[in-house]
Amino acid sequence: MDRIAPALPSFAVRAAGFARACVSGPVNIGITVAVIALLAWAVPPFVQWAVIDATFSGNAQACRAAGGACWAFIREKFWFSVFGLYPYEERWRPALMLVMLVALVVVSTFRQFWNRNLLIAWAVAAPAMLLLMAGGVLGLTPVATRLWGGMAVSGLIAVFGLATGYPLAILLALGRRSDLPLVRWFSTALIEVVRGVPLISLLFMAAIMLPLFLPQGVSLDRLVRIILAYTIFSAAYMAEVIRGGLQAMPRGQYEAAEAIGLSYGQRMRLVILPQALTITIPAQVNTFIGLFKDTTLVVVIGVFDFFTTLRAALGDPQWLGFPTEAYLYAAFVYFVLCFTMSRYSMRLEKSFKPEGAR
Amino acid sequence: MTTLTARSAAPPALQERLLSRGVLIQGGLLLFVVWLGWSIVGNAQTNMAARGLQFGFGFLDRPAGIPIGEAMVAYTPANTYARALFVGLLNTLRVAIVGCILCTILGVLLGVARLSSNPLLRVLVGGYIEVIRNTPLVLQLVFWHAIVLQMPPVRQALSPLPGVFLSQRGMKIPGLIVDTTFWVMLATLAAGIVGWIMLVRHERARQAATGERRSTLAKGLGLVIVLPGAVTAALGGIAIEWPELRGFNFQGGLTMSPEFVALLVGLTVYTSAFVAEIVRGGIQSVAKGQWEAAHALGLGPGRIMRLVILPQALRVIIPPQTSQYLNLTKNSSLAVVIGYPDLVSIANTSINQTGQAVEVITIFMTVYLLISLVTSAGMNAYNRSVALRER
Repeated sequence: MDRIAPALPSFAVRAAGFARACVSGPVNIGITVAVIALLAWAVPPFVQWAVIDATFSGNAQACRAAGGACWAFIREKFWFSVFGLYPYEERWRPALMLVMLVALVVVSTFRQFWNRNLLIAWAVAAPAMLLLMAGGVLGLTPVATRLWGGMAVSGLIAVFGLATGYPLAILLALGRRSDLPLVRWFSTALIEVVRGVPLISLLFMAAIMLPLFLPQGVSLDRLVRIILAYTIFSAAYMAEVIRGGLQAMPRGQYEAAEAIGLSYGQRMRLVILPQALTITIPAQVNTFIGLFKDTTLVVVIGVFDFFTTLRAALGDPQWLGFPTEAYLYAAFVYFVLCFTMSRYSMRLEKSFKPEGAR
Repeated sequence: MTTLTARSAAPPALQERLLSRGVLIQGGLLLFVVWLGWSIVGNAQTNMAARGLQFGFGFLDRPAGIPIGEAMVAYTPANTYARALFVGLLNTLRVAIVGCILCTILGVLLGVARLSSNPLLRVLVGGYIEVIRNTPLVLQLVFWHAIVLQMPPVRQALSPLPGVFLSQRGMKIPGLIVDTTFWVMLATLAAGIVGWIMLVRHERARQAATGERRSTLAKGLGLVIVLPGAVTAALGGIAIEWPELRGFNFQGGLTMSPEFVALLVGLTVYTSAFVAEIVRGGIQSVAKGQWEAAHALGLGPGRIMRLVILPQALRVIIPPQTSQYLNLTKNSSLAVVIGYPDLVSIANTSINQTGQAVEVITIFMTVYLLISLVTSAGMNAYNRSVALRER
């Protein structure tokens, strides 16, 4: 049923209200003056540097002569920051992978698509993306993972870390609430240990320790090991989010499912999990934002994600001395992606609340 | 009662089956974990032997040869690995503790500013929080490090406050000279605080008995500020060591390296944005009626905040705040990115030098787990003291 939205006041009315509130009372006038002074001190020099004196195309000499921001550097390194060292003539593969990724993510944001088919699409697309990048099948040239880089790697780590961690997270969340003491203890211990140590230590484990733990002759690709670390990491954090959803389920749901004679597996699969997972989706999106930001930590073990690739671009002898521009560009990209996701999660949260609730 | 009888009267076959299935699952899990552990240990032994390594913590007693720029205890590269790791741990704790205090202060200020009645301030702070929260910490740390390194050279150091100098070599602040007078001052200060607490208790009991309320502020400040001040002054005042530019560098005072400053600023700014949102949520969680009711009772704004709003808001704030402190401590391990010698950074160097990866990683993971446990135990105790006491 459509609700009648209250008419929004016009822009002029709202602007007038804004301005009035800025000068209501001596304290507010003081704050307003201080804020304006701060903006007047910070904004004009920044605009001067970032826009007026900036160089948007050309080479490093032109940048140094102009004295402002060197956006030409970003322009020059843009595709490098997306694809890294991936062979030039094969760049269509990471490009296609990113397009698939973006398309799937966009489709997944619509609630009407939340069904089994979407899960199947992800399950099919994920290995397809890996194969596309790795090659060696269907006549694709094999490309070693150490050549993978840029946004393609950031996206791969985040998405695979989440996709493989998610089923594990569900098991851990159920395990932590299980009646079987051993299952409960192991789940709790795993979750708490992973949450109690820094992500860096998991990455060190994956990069340095894990090869020692494998049988001789068995080796795992470095990137796969790193994704494994992110899998465990996201599983532990996601498990706590899901556990929150399980605890929020009214007792009656558990009892009613039991009363109609469903087995434990049926109760969870048909009654409890669909509800618990749905109500925690906003929190899951927030956890994913954290996971995505944390993919930048691979810098410590020398995997070339978006940020590390950009840092490597700083070492180009022809373009020395523009770190600020590179960091601002990276910050802008991460901000746009994370901020969009967080707004999406807020909108979802609002849409989950029953009508009339504040 | 009926359900109870119904349950116990269930066919024994079903009960047995449930029991045996539980036993089966748990037995399988136990076997799996034991097998995993056993094969990991076995593989690790084989692999380490193949690389000429021996499992053991003996390397901790060998000289480390790691130069560490800043150490809070006496340290030279001739010291052992154990000592080097200890120095790293102290550096981690130093940045984590100072960071937790600073991010609380900044976070509360930002959270309150976010609720200001001034829309301009609200929008500005809101934008700032969103930008900080939605960009990776690694990026921010590298950014701050670049900023500190672009500070002027030592001879043209910036001095935002008297006695505070900012330059390429980090920050200089005045230092206290720890002598007898300092300890006497600390002791009187502690005595003053205890005295104030006792005074507050006494006044509360009096208020409960007579209904009369007297402020303890004047007497309390006297105990905490005037008393230690007078005692210290009588002993000749406490010595402060001011940094001074002599030749090519500063002498005296406390030194903070560029890496420490960058890490501290980065962690503080990043975490404070999260704290601000927690504080805002906490204050907003207190129903408006509480403000109005307290106001109607004739309480002033300060006492409304202290006696009515904060006790209720804290209940909402403390649990997520605890995880922010833990996050800050764990995030301090990113020091390795900008080269601050924290525990992980020194552990990393130790691994590269000795190859004893398993032992070193085990050590620092255990240390972080212990820090996490101690912090959450402390915060949980505090949480219990502010939690709602239900019947």
